[in-house]
Amino acid sequence: MTAPPRRTALAEAHLALGAALCPFAGWEMPLRYGSDLAEHRAVRTAAGLFDVGHMGQSEISGPDAARALERLVVSRVASLAPGRARYTMLCDADGGVVDDLIVTRRDAETFWLVANAANAAAVSDRLARATAGLDAEHRPLASRALLALQGPRTVDVLLALDPVGAAPVADLRPFGVVAASLAGTPVLASRTGYTGEDGVELACADADAPALWDALLAAGGPLGLLPCGLAARDSLRLEAGLPLHGHELGPDLGPFETGFGRIVQLEDRDELVARDALARRREDGPSRRVVGLVAEGRRGPRRGAALRTPTGAPAGEVTSGAPSPTLGVPIALAAVPASVATAGTALVADVRGAAVPVRIVDLPFVRRG
Amino acid sequence: MDLPDDRRYTAEHEWIDAGDPATVGITAHAADQLGDVVFVALPEVGRTLTTGEAFGEIESTKSVSDLYAPAAGEVVAVNTALEADPGAVNADPYGTGWLVRIRVTEPGPTMDAAGYRALLG
Repeated sequence: MTAPPRRTALAEAHLALGAALCPFAGWEMPLRYGSDLAEHRAVRTAAGLFDVGHMGQSEISGPDAARALERLVVSRVASLAPGRARYTMLCDADGGVVDDLIVTRRDAETFWLVANAANAAAVSDRLARATAGLDAEHRPLASRALLALQGPRTVDVLLALDPVGAAPVADLRPFGVVAASLAGTPVLASRTGYTGEDGVELACADADAPALWDALLAAGGPLGLLPCGLAARDSLRLEAGLPLHGHELGPDLGPFETGFGRIVQLEDRDELVARDALARRREDGPSRRVVGLVAEGRRGPRRGAALRTPTGAPAGEVTSGAPSPTLGVPIALAAVPASVATAGTALVADVRGAAVPVRIVDLPFVRRG
Repeated sequence: MDLPDDRRYTAEHEWIDAGDPATVGITAHAADQLGDVVFVALPEVGRTLTTGEAFGEIESTKSVSDLYAPAAGEVVAVNTALEADPGAVNADPYGTGWLVRIRVTEPGPTMDAAGYRALLG
């Protein structure tokens, strides 16, 4: 891959803030602006602002939009009310997860999708096929920015920016979505996020994004708001026990393995391409489960670390691992045999050659508030 | 980039001074690349190192990296203050963020500040 990295509408703002940049799924994104620990703590205690414009936004519209979408996603979306969003997964016929995504119903015939950057093309490909023969059209939303404002002071920051315009956003319930105007900028605001804290995600035109970004930072600065990079985003989602596609989700790890079986709705789903595979996976029960681990000591297992039982039997592997900034101990997510996937179970991780005792714990590691 | 002239540098982004024993640390560039250091695993005092040997680990939320001995010799001191304050590696990589002191028996390949600056490009 020699193509130059893609940059979001906020690339210049990141440079002005002195961000350390990193390649991510073909994009050049901020890794951190200053201290990644400070950014992490800002989101847990006050608020943080992330540029997530690399995520794949698209729209599917037409009289058959819900039907086309329901050929692919494991949840029902036909029953979704306008202004409501749902976390779901898009699967292939074998039941493998192509991506996890947020689906929002805008109106009777229009859905807004937000997919992972790395999977945007795969999602587009599947949707192009799913709309075949139906009166529905899927199109990527180009030139559209996405900002994530996350943390317990999210609403305070919004109200500091624009007390009148932010009112409908402040009133949103979790997974509620509303079109609003913040300091004169039209936004589509949803009460969603990927940090385990309260928060909103704000979609707007690329052209409006730099002014909105600067205005939010200026309004939120006195409240403790910091711009935050992908390093903090990853440590926050890990503490919240949220799966990341490519780590905890993929061909062999899906809704049943990650504890999201409740989002799979198979009744009257004749057109769902993954229906039979998912029904079989549900019937059989997962052979592996994704669990949380806490390590003893300071050195923790990272992705790929092998796990064993205390008697030496193979017990899966770590899918994500890092020192928890909030808890001060190494934490990890791991795919382990279902037979050992019980909170309290002791395992041993191979941490770069050293045997480190770990214990299975309930998720999330860190609960909001 | 902050790069003191009074010490030597390695391609592994470590510095070693001319003291006896010699003090070893990582460069500001390396610290910036790692992000906030949350844990440093250092060797036992008395351990004998060969040049290039991995003698410890430095860990941030994002990654964990090996530390490589810039010279052969005996570890005569380790910076125990990093246990409570690993962030000193970021805040003061050439001072209070030092890692180990080595009584050098055989110097390893190093470069001066200008050479290291050229390496960083």
